[in-house]
Amino acid sequence: MTGAQETNGSPPHVGLFVTCLVDLFRPSVGFASLKLLENAGCKVDVPNAQTCCGQPAYNSGDRKDTRAIAEQVIEAFEAFDYVVAPSGSCASMLRKHYPGLFDGDPKWQARAQSFAAKCHELVSFLTDVMGVSSVDARLEASVTYHDSCSGLRELGVKAQPRALLASMNGIQLKEMGDSEVCCGFGGTFCVKYPDISNHIVGKKTANIEAAETDLLLAGDMGCLMNMAGKLRRQGAATEVRHVAEVLAGLTDTPPIAGRAK
Amino acid sequence: MQLTSHKFKSHVSKALVDAQLQKALGNVEKGFIDKRAKAAGALPEFESLRDNAKAIKDHTLANLDLYLETYEARVTAAGGTVHWAETAADARNIVLDICKRRGARTVTKGKSMITEEIGLNDFLSQHDIEPVETDLGEYIIQLRGEHPSHIIAPAVHLNKDQVEGDFRRVHTHLPEFRDLTEPTALLSEAREVLRQRYFEADVGITGANFLVAETGSSVIVTNEGNGDLTQTLGKVHVVVASIEKIVPTLEDTSQILRVLARSATGQDMSVYTTFSTGPKRPDDPDGPEEYHVILLDNGRSSMLGTEYQDMLRCIRCGACMNHCPVYHAVGGHAYGSVYPGPMGAVLTPSLNGIDKAGHLPNASTFCGRCEAVCPMRIPLPKMMRHWREQEFEKHLSARASRYGLGLWAFFARRPKLYRAAVSLAMPLLSRLAGKRHRLGALPLAGGWTDHRDLPAPEGPTFMQQYRKHQASHRP
Repeated sequence: MTGAQETNGSPPHVGLFVTCLVDLFRPSVGFASLKLLENAGCKVDVPNAQTCCGQPAYNSGDRKDTRAIAEQVIEAFEAFDYVVAPSGSCASMLRKHYPGLFDGDPKWQARAQSFAAKCHELVSFLTDVMGVSSVDARLEASVTYHDSCSGLRELGVKAQPRALLASMNGIQLKEMGDSEVCCGFGGTFCVKYPDISNHIVGKKTANIEAAETDLLLAGDMGCLMNMAGKLRRQGAATEVRHVAEVLAGLTDTPPIAGRAK
Repeated sequence: MQLTSHKFKSHVSKALVDAQLQKALGNVEKGFIDKRAKAAGALPEFESLRDNAKAIKDHTLANLDLYLETYEARVTAAGGTVHWAETAADARNIVLDICKRRGARTVTKGKSMITEEIGLNDFLSQHDIEPVETDLGEYIIQLRGEHPSHIIAPAVHLNKDQVEGDFRRVHTHLPEFRDLTEPTALLSEAREVLRQRYFEADVGITGANFLVAETGSSVIVTNEGNGDLTQTLGKVHVVVASIEKIVPTLEDTSQILRVLARSATGQDMSVYTTFSTGPKRPDDPDGPEEYHVILLDNGRSSMLGTEYQDMLRCIRCGACMNHCPVYHAVGGHAYGSVYPGPMGAVLTPSLNGIDKAGHLPNASTFCGRCEAVCPMRIPLPKMMRHWREQEFEKHLSARASRYGLGLWAFFARRPKLYRAAVSLAMPLLSRLAGKRHRLGALPLAGGWTDHRDLPAPEGPTFMQQYRKHQASHRP
């Protein structure tokens, strides 16, 4: 690990926003995030008072509940130097969307703005804030990487995960076609319009399979569960993991949705 | 056209299994995207041009009354007439009056989404005036009795063999041996038929890409030249355009033109960019005797000053739908509205009411690609979310999803209760899945498990494991 930086001589204090899907479905990603952040020289804490970032309510038009959840998250996390989430979509919710929830309330909006400035997606935090340029992990596998929409388009996460993957031993990165095209998850979209979602993820898995890699990686559990669920249903050979697991060298657990066979 | 957005889900079911449509949509996905990327990439100042274009329209919308009045004065000075139409019905009647006064039997039409919006063709036909579409795509869908499925490529849902079939059905003069397998052959066949129609027509109707306040000009961009013939060969040229088409100056027009075709088709410029100012002057060798502009509001002025004002920057390039995964999956007709895709998902509820078009702003993954390519930087996902908020506030969203969301929010706002509930549920779900680590079916989760397996939780939640881990490692 290289490039750890310190704030005022003491290690930066990071609040890990685990995200609901990692908390509920994929704790391994939470432990991988802890390891990566600690290896980068951060002091990490995980506040108890976290449930979800509020996106399901936000994208369903329920502004009141979204705001209440946002206040809860801000109160639990605003004392940290940084808030880091292993998800582009949740990090973007905190960073890009929270301040707008408090339009017309200058006091809360100011709080939300200074909070938002501290929030980061995990991998881009490691590279862009902590200056990490390599990880000490090894995996003998070919991988392909899906660019999740919010991370890509709202936070500019594209080169960062690829750079860290390239620093690993044994890994071979093969790009799939249309890696920047949505997987069809879209939060509640995938159950509100299941047929369209299925059609879109079908195109995605066709691109994944055509890349002929051992593993599919991405940085968002929602997209990963959608693509993994489809790949397993189709009996495809590609297995699926969150990029943090691979970067942290924690790949003893079964992949998301289990083994291919 | 009749709004059928409330039937979105049944349209979708049909579209997803329509093999012809899916084949045609494959072309949208490949063609438009690569061409736009190449055109945008070839121009170093493209991103700053987008900023300029946005700024021009923002300024115009902030001073719309001023520029509309200036425009009207300039049109009048050039010998033309401006008609103000508050509603679609007003606009239709103004067109009809002009046609009747000139005793028009047929009118030629350049491609115009506004005349689709006001349902002009059906209205004219009902009054025994035959509308003749002259844009190839519009001509084809008129033969088929369809509506455009895309705002710049109206027949993009069709394959060329379908079009060949339509031509052979309608153009009965065609010998069987005539080869129509190539698109260029179809184009020249349409041109041959249309040539006569241009001369027969009394009135030519076009839309407008821009209305220039400085000069009183209307501007159309086309690739086939049909618009020019439509507006110069008839005795009367009628422009039907909505109020937000105004731009202050010719310089502003050229700024926005630089992003329009690049965003739409990946061309630097469309083949034809035609400026019309007033009727034929005494010394002009040709041109229409009368020049009319019908300025349509139809709900747009009520968008000013609201969270939907940014939508009025739209220049109808189609880039948002060209890059939309939902549009790629279902095509334009599924939206059941004149305006499909992301721009339609914002505009249709504005024009027709959210109670009639609620599906449209909901049927988006919020992938953000539309906003990323919109030359006018319109925050389309944000405005779709605004519509969802309006729906939620008016209790228009489905009861089951409201109930589910309410239950979820109840727990999400109470971390201790939430913790207790998920600490029980997740290990249970994990055990249910067993060693396969996935579930093929789960009660109430059919939306997910009908199409894909549900990845199972690993076991206890992260927070359970983390607290346990901390407790055992406490010094």
